[in-house]
Amino acid sequence: MSKKMKLYSGNEMVAQAAIAAGCRFFAGYPITPSSEIAERMSKMLPEVGGRFIQMEDELASMAAIIGASLAGRKSMTATSGPGFSLKQENLGFATIAEVPCVVVNVMRGGPSTGLPTTPSQSDVMQARWGTHGDHPIIALAPSYMREIFDETVRAFNLAEKYRTPVILLLDEIIAHLHEGVALPDADEIEIVNRKKPTVPPEEYQPYADTEDHVPPMANFFEGYRYHVTGLSHNQKGLPETNYEVVHNIQVRRQKKIDEHLDDILKWEEIDMADAEIAVLAYGSIGRSATDAVKQLRKEGVKVGLFRPLTIWPFPEKRVAKIAKQVKTIVVPEMNLGQIVLEVERVAKSDAKVIGINQVGGVMIRPREIVSKVKEVA
Amino acid sequence: MATAEVTAKPKAKKEPPVIEVIFENCKGCNICVDVCPTNVLELVKAPNKWEGYVVEVKYPEKCTKCMLCEIHCPDYAIKVY
Amino acid sequence: MAFNYDEYVRTETIPHMWCPGCGIGIVMKAIIRAFTALQWDKNDIAFVSGIGCTSRMPGYMDMNTLHTTHGRALAFATGVKLAHPEKHVVVVGGDGDATAIGGNHLIHAARRNIDITLIINDNNIYGMTGGQYSPTTPGHMVASTAPYGMVEPNFDIAKLVMGAGATYVARETIAKGIMLEKYIRTGMAHKGFSVIVAESTCPIQFGRRNRLADPVELMHWVREHGVPKSKAARMEPEELQGKFVTGELFRDDSRPEFTEIYQQVIDQAMKKGE
Repeated sequence: MSKKMKLYSGNEMVAQAAIAAGCRFFAGYPITPSSEIAERMSKMLPEVGGRFIQMEDELASMAAIIGASLAGRKSMTATSGPGFSLKQENLGFATIAEVPCVVVNVMRGGPSTGLPTTPSQSDVMQARWGTHGDHPIIALAPSYMREIFDETVRAFNLAEKYRTPVILLLDEIIAHLHEGVALPDADEIEIVNRKKPTVPPEEYQPYADTEDHVPPMANFFEGYRYHVTGLSHNQKGLPETNYEVVHNIQVRRQKKIDEHLDDILKWEEIDMADAEIAVLAYGSIGRSATDAVKQLRKEGVKVGLFRPLTIWPFPEKRVAKIAKQVKTIVVPEMNLGQIVLEVERVAKSDAKVIGINQVGGVMIRPREIVSKVKEVA
Repeated sequence: MATAEVTAKPKAKKEPPVIEVIFENCKGCNICVDVCPTNVLELVKAPNKWEGYVVEVKYPEKCTKCMLCEIHCPDYAIKVY
Repeated sequence: MAFNYDEYVRTETIPHMWCPGCGIGIVMKAIIRAFTALQWDKNDIAFVSGIGCTSRMPGYMDMNTLHTTHGRALAFATGVKLAHPEKHVVVVGGDGDATAIGGNHLIHAARRNIDITLIINDNNIYGMTGGQYSPTTPGHMVASTAPYGMVEPNFDIAKLVMGAGATYVARETIAKGIMLEKYIRTGMAHKGFSVIVAESTCPIQFGRRNRLADPVELMHWVREHGVPKSKAARMEPEELQGKFVTGELFRDDSRPEFTEIYQQVIDQAMKKGE
């Protein structure tokens, strides 16, 4: 088996992983620093019989991947801040219509046009709440190349398993930096596909409640002929205004995610066992923080790292426990304080929560984290 | 001029087409009444309909089965057999 | 003989929500007669819409139906078509949905010449939201956001899509249901991007504000403003002011269709990999 190490950038890794995960449709629009994903997909998809299209705008890209997914193709789009803003309405459609798809946001300096070629982590809250209305969402935030591969595959699997769009958050640093990676073989990759209905078309209800709150999903053209709408709908998929029905279906969609946190949440911890200070970091800053924690430990500081890979839903229970264990949680982010708000909410008064914030488009260096931890130690 | 005796067979009385108005679907818009070239239909008051009006078949024997009423009814409320 | 529409209709959803005299029902029936004439299996049809009164149609159709976001039907439909190019994809929308917010997707679907049929129910108003003006509201007619009368110039939807690359373009009024069905059927059978503009009626939101509240009067008004293309060819531009041309306005069978072009890309890419 070829376990050759090859140099890949984060963007290239996303494309490789998507194909490996079974993605056969990509619709996108050029936007720095995500364009390489589209470029790679445009080359690789037709090679495996898939289809690529550069749509006329970001909204159309999001729409097209939903259409393709409903017709049975695993689909993905990729963008950055301004495009992510444009996609929000259709992203909300995917949540209410419960359509599996993967949306990659390679975060860059914002707001607005911002800093197109430099990193940030300032779309994290938007990933949770960008689209209007009550909607659960899954967002992943890998830090390392091989992890980007694995998390991209996991994004597709979670999307299929929970009939939801999944947001994959990268930033310009990990999107463009190169690392040597040995890719897994095809038979080493676990692929999850959407649950199909077991009843005949006359009995099928596309939004019925089930034991795991995820309704089976028939694809278009398979004989099931159901209605998909962005309007509040009933279990048959037809527009519904009855307040009880509408409320209950919203609650089911929330439960779909909330009752499967054991499966959806994922994180990495380093040296947390006896930590008195915790550093909570994600994405490219997870790399800085890993370095910082290792340095600090060498100097005898009792610090540990909590690095969430699933950033939404936020790993509340684990972080609450950490807050009871440590005195202080340091949250370095390339924004003016977003995930720190979740940490504060969850830590309550059990631990002090301190942020390190940088929005000038530069990475937060390990030495900055080291000095802040020493300051609060 | 001698008139030839004309023995004409009496014209066979054709059954008029069956025009069905589906009461629940009709919204009394009057389009079918208007498009009918032979004035078969008429709009009548219908106090128990929300729209207040409904179509009735007045002269089915005048119907030529042109189908214009059925084609232009927006509400699946009239059928001509 | 009475036409049986039931095959393609979710009969439990009828009577539908459209107002008395609304032209959308007439368009829906013409579409169904076209499906029947073409003998399309309803399992092979994806019926896509955006938002508005016209866009409610998919809910009533017994096929793979998709009711999306305002103006974006063609983008969703493009995804569906690319996922299964061999299936039939039909899109409906109103004048606002298709030409205002949906304008960008309209011209690009036309440019690509993707094999999708778009039927626009043009009733010159935003009906669902209460009668605001649209890009086709005729000059000086009143709308809820044009209380002093419409002052913006209009699109000629047919010219717009022709210019953008559509390869079958037809226009007819809802007063001529038989011809409407013929153009829809031809457009659906045509391999390429087909647009059929159905000049239609909104008696409540458009009619009431403009002394055309009576459905029959409004239908007459629409019909009177339509000029068949053969007649229009003999008229002066001034005579055609305020009128629209009906009939099969454009057809080009020579342009390649988008999904076929992309299939060639796939063939090329897969060959290279061998």
